Amino acid sequence: MAFVAGQPVTAVVQRIEIRKLRHGDNLILGFSIGGGIDQDPAQNPYSEDKTDKGIYVTRVSEGGPAEVAGLQIGDKIMQVNGWDMTMVTHDQARKRLTKKNEDVVRLLVTRKSLQQAIRQSLH
Amino acid sequence: MLLKNTDPWFVFKIDQLKNHAANRLTIPTGLGKTIDKQPFGSWKARPKSINNWKSFYLPVCKESATMDTESTYSGYSYYSGRSKSSHRHGERSRDRQRSRNKDSSRSEKSVTIQTPPAEPLLGNESIRGDETVQDDNWGETTTAITGTSEHSISQEDIARITKDVDDTGLDCTRHLGIAIAAVLGILVFLTPIAFMVLPQVLWREVLEPCGTVCEGLFISVAFKLLILLIGTWALFFRKPKAQMPRVFVFRALLMVLIFVFVVSYWLFYGVRILDSRDPNYQGIVQYAVSLVDALLFIHYLAIVLLELRQLQPMFTVKVTRSTDGESHFYTLGLLSIQRAALVILENYYKDFTVHNPALLTAAKSRAAKHMAGLKVYNVDGPGNNAAGQSRAMIAAAARRRDSSHNELYYEEAEHDRRVRKRRARLVVAVEEAFTHIRRLQDDEQQKAPGEVMDPLNAAQSIFPSMARALQKYLRTTRQQHYHTMESILQHLAFCVTNNMTPKAFLERYLNPGPTLQYDKNRWLASQWTLSSEEAVTNGLKDGLVFTLKCLDFSLIVVVKKIPFIKLSEEFVDPKSHKFVLRLQSETSV
Repeated sequence: MAFVAGQPVTAVVQRIEIRKLRHGDNLILGFSIGGGIDQDPAQNPYSEDKTDKGIYVTRVSEGGPAEVAGLQIGDKIMQVNGWDMTMVTHDQARKRLTKKNEDVVRLLVTRKSLQQAIRQSLH
Repeated sequence: MLLKNTDPWFVFKIDQLKNHAANRLTIPTGLGKTIDKQPFGSWKARPKSINNWKSFYLPVCKESATMDTESTYSGYSYYSGRSKSSHRHGERSRDRQRSRNKDSSRSEKSVTIQTPPAEPLLGNESIRGDETVQDDNWGETTTAITGTSEHSISQEDIARITKDVDDTGLDCTRHLGIAIAAVLGILVFLTPIAFMVLPQVLWREVLEPCGTVCEGLFISVAFKLLILLIGTWALFFRKPKAQMPRVFVFRALLMVLIFVFVVSYWLFYGVRILDSRDPNYQGIVQYAVSLVDALLFIHYLAIVLLELRQLQPMFTVKVTRSTDGESHFYTLGLLSIQRAALVILENYYKDFTVHNPALLTAAKSRAAKHMAGLKVYNVDGPGNNAAGQSRAMIAAAARRRDSSHNELYYEEAEHDRRVRKRRARLVVAVEEAFTHIRRLQDDEQQKAPGEVMDPLNAAQSIFPSMARALQKYLRTTRQQHYHTMESILQHLAFCVTNNMTPKAFLERYLNPGPTLQYDKNRWLASQWTLSSEEAVTNGLKDGLVFTLKCLDFSLIVVVKKIPFIKLSEEFVDPKSHKFVLRLQSETSV
């Protein structure tokens, strides 16, 4: 998933729809994110390219809505409900995911195994 | 003593059937001042012919009639406070100027400027005498005056006011205090010398001869007296800058202390030494030395009580002017109320902008409109339900659709725009005027092309080009009565002499400055009255409120204590400033 600045990013994505769970006063999704354009990309354990400042899934809680929907640890989130996640700050990403008036978030995520699966199916 | 609105000024209105020149005769004698300066605007509208005088120099009563038609309470309620004739003359000429404003706005004449300033003064004064002769509308305007005749006063009141104002008893008390202090000082100073000289004079034969120790003591007495003299001169020999309503407690205390002290020393001396004719001269001289030492310590006590004690700031006072709400804050130490008032007044002249009554008329006219809107009639007979009436009026006023806020908003916006436009014109005119002259260099002295002028002449030559813009600006900002043409010319000459830029010249006119900047005789109030609920010799306390009243306005002073500050320490190790890159932060959603 290397990208060249200024060129459009091409990736194989999986569409994941997560229903938020009401837990007391909050709506939770059941995973943790890391990364962002204001963070240090070298510390990201899940990215192939250590200059990639995208948003990655760092933890998925057991039995939570994200796990149920098929989100895996190490996924890079490309879009949330149509909003781009490849060039956002960490806080903006958090805000896009935790909007109080949305019950459902539709993510486009990508992972290395998807690329490999597509390549294998083509050959 | 406060002059209420039964004011000699109103006497003029009633007596105007007589000659105007008699105006100054009816002024209480202490106050009669001749006009030495005319406000700036008057010179411009010099009439070209006698027929024009009527339109330019309207008599005062006609002025007041027009003011009456504008709003019920406009000029009178304000002018009632004034008693000084100089203020009165200033207002009358300002009234005339306002009429000239209206006239000149109707017919825009070209300005013919004649520079010698002395002429308009004489011209105006002679004209004032002829006003009654020339004004045809006399009968009309006298009827307008009777509407305010509730302010008329009788002849006895005039006499009483005259006597009050001319009261010279105050000076006596001030000089009495100084005289007592001087006598006491001289007495105290001569006492040690007397102690040492009297035995020599009275019983020289019996006296032991003065040894070396004794003569050494003479030297020490001499120097200590000299030090005491210098210290007293430094501390006490000052021109009194104010007169307080009550005695200054600490000073009185110190004088009593010194008096008691010296009297007790004399008593001891008289009983033990003079009566018994003590031959031990050294003992006597040592006694005198101890007196001088004790006097030096009293001098130290005086320094601490009078000067040092109030230096440490303990209170913050907020001083607000009652007419326009301008406020300033000052810090004071432990002072009595009257001394605090003195400090505040000294700072008032320096910090507050000059009191401009012309800026208050708009608020008064609005208030008048509010009050004139509703009338209450008592239809139900003599049952006087005053509280019910006022409540009904307030309720009706609240329900009424009032658009005065709209008028205020647009009026203020328009005024701001006008002021800014005139200011721009003024700045440009002055800058251009300043380019017309330049300073003559030293080496050019001999070969000067045109005529060489001194600063005042230079000022007079460039003044006409900026005069009109300046006058219009001053009129718009209602400052025209603060600046006479002479003062402007002098200021211009001053700026030119000191190589100041046009902006520096204009600074005085663009911003209203503190009262000290203007002519002292005209604008500085001479009498202030301190009114407070506590005795004025008490010290300042938290939450104290007192007012300082002068004729036109009052200053309300609120005292607040400076809070007790708890300061604690935190030690920061210089090596503790370390930074790392922010780690990948993880947020759970």
